Amino acid sequence: MTNWRPSASLHALQARASLYAAIRQFFSERHVLEVETPSLAQHGVTDLHIDCIAVPRYGYLQSSPEFHMKRLLASGSGPIYQIGKAFRDGESGSKHNPEFTMLEWYRPGFSLQDLIEECIVLLRSCLNITQTAQHRFRDIFFDVVGVDPIRSDIATLRHTAQSYDAHLPELDKPALIDWLMSCVVEPALPQHCINIVTDFPEWAAALAQKKADANGDIVAQRFEIYANGIELANGYLELIDAQEQALRFTHDNALRQQQNKDFMRPDQALLSALEHGLPQCSGVAIGLDRVLLVQQQAQSQSLADIIAFPNDRA
Amino acid sequence: MATYSTNEFKSGLKVMLDGDPCAIVENEFVKPGKGQAFNRVRLRNLKTGKMWERTFKSGESLEGADVIDVEMQYLYSDGEFFHFMDPNSFEQQAADAAAVGDAKLWLAEEDSCTVTLWNGVPLAVTPPNFVELEIVETDPGVKGDTAGTGGKPAKLTSGAVVRVPLFVQQGEVIKVDTRSGEYVSRVKE
Repeated sequence: MTNWRPSASLHALQARASLYAAIRQFFSERHVLEVETPSLAQHGVTDLHIDCIAVPRYGYLQSSPEFHMKRLLASGSGPIYQIGKAFRDGESGSKHNPEFTMLEWYRPGFSLQDLIEECIVLLRSCLNITQTAQHRFRDIFFDVVGVDPIRSDIATLRHTAQSYDAHLPELDKPALIDWLMSCVVEPALPQHCINIVTDFPEWAAALAQKKADANGDIVAQRFEIYANGIELANGYLELIDAQEQALRFTHDNALRQQQNKDFMRPDQALLSALEHGLPQCSGVAIGLDRVLLVQQQAQSQSLADIIAFPNDRA
Repeated sequence: MATYSTNEFKSGLKVMLDGDPCAIVENEFVKPGKGQAFNRVRLRNLKTGKMWERTFKSGESLEGADVIDVEMQYLYSDGEFFHFMDPNSFEQQAADAAAVGDAKLWLAEEDSCTVTLWNGVPLAVTPPNFVELEIVETDPGVKGDTAGTGGKPAKLTSGAVVRVPLFVQQGEVIKVDTRSGEYVSRVKE
């Protein structure tokens, strides 16, 4: 058996160690507290497109530390960060591994733009990329594919998507936009540039607050960051309204039911924490394996070059 | 036949698509963090040899194709069918011209070929990477010429025409790379 060896080079392991040291230094200087939350907990998430890995008798491996970190914030932790493992069932490929390392942090009192600026400072130093560009989702989408993602009807979007791939499966509107975004728009984003995309369509709000954009359409106060064609970060102006959170859990489960996915029991502890009071805050998650992939792009094509023991040899 | 979900897709897997057996060549998992996951798959249609690119929603599945590769010995052609034999079981298979395709240019009796069977019937034939065949027709060469010059066409027993160096003569046996159709060397009997 030759697969006992790590798939990543020693150089990649050293780059990871340096990255973690730099991140800890970054947050230590900014007085953000490092915390640890469970990887294994009673609840999973209700997101339609995130499948948690169930662990019999215990619950689920956590797909993100978000709920526990919000419970810390509601209990008065102040700004916090965490470097930890997250788990997602079925996500496996050159840019996905079912177990991956996430950096997540929360900044009470920060606007979404404040947090974007902090992300840029951190990523610039990690990636050796200085150029940045910020786009609204609907603008960059229109620039690349020529249709507006929010107001266009499904027939227009399908027609547009089929001009890139004649054999697409049957997709609803959000899925068509997901496909166009990930297969057409993301690869077209400027290279050697930290690309920030804001104002996501309303249905992609997840746990972000919503607002009306300049065109009067409801959008999510959410941003994503891409570099060299890879999605690195996802941030929100965090939803703090317990009732709205409960509605979103219910709505998610309705969508799950439509697509024959298991019902996911909403996390009552998170709802109670929100009822107690989550401070206004912005939060972001960054995939550190992917940050290393972009940083080491000259020597690395896939996460297998970055992760010592990816799924197929773990 | 079993069905395979997108999370079981990997290169080499044989599946049915639009009624044709295909082999997965490449499988790319694409997923926006919070969005719909897709598998972008490149497949080779094993019937036509053409490459197909398809996108699947992750979680969709395809029926497996009962396709196996068997090493078989080429026996003879009766004009309509090409006959092969499994050297272990002595079982014979008759492949039609469509299944044999361009491989017929390289078939030498008793050579071992890879015969791809779909539902037990020959679907494709892959000749060995190198074959040795006799030249049945070529212009007389010039004495003293070396392999460096442009060469000349030579017709082989199988019907293939390859370019050979000028010094190679009719009646000689040569080694040919079947993947490129290029002359490799003379074979000393």
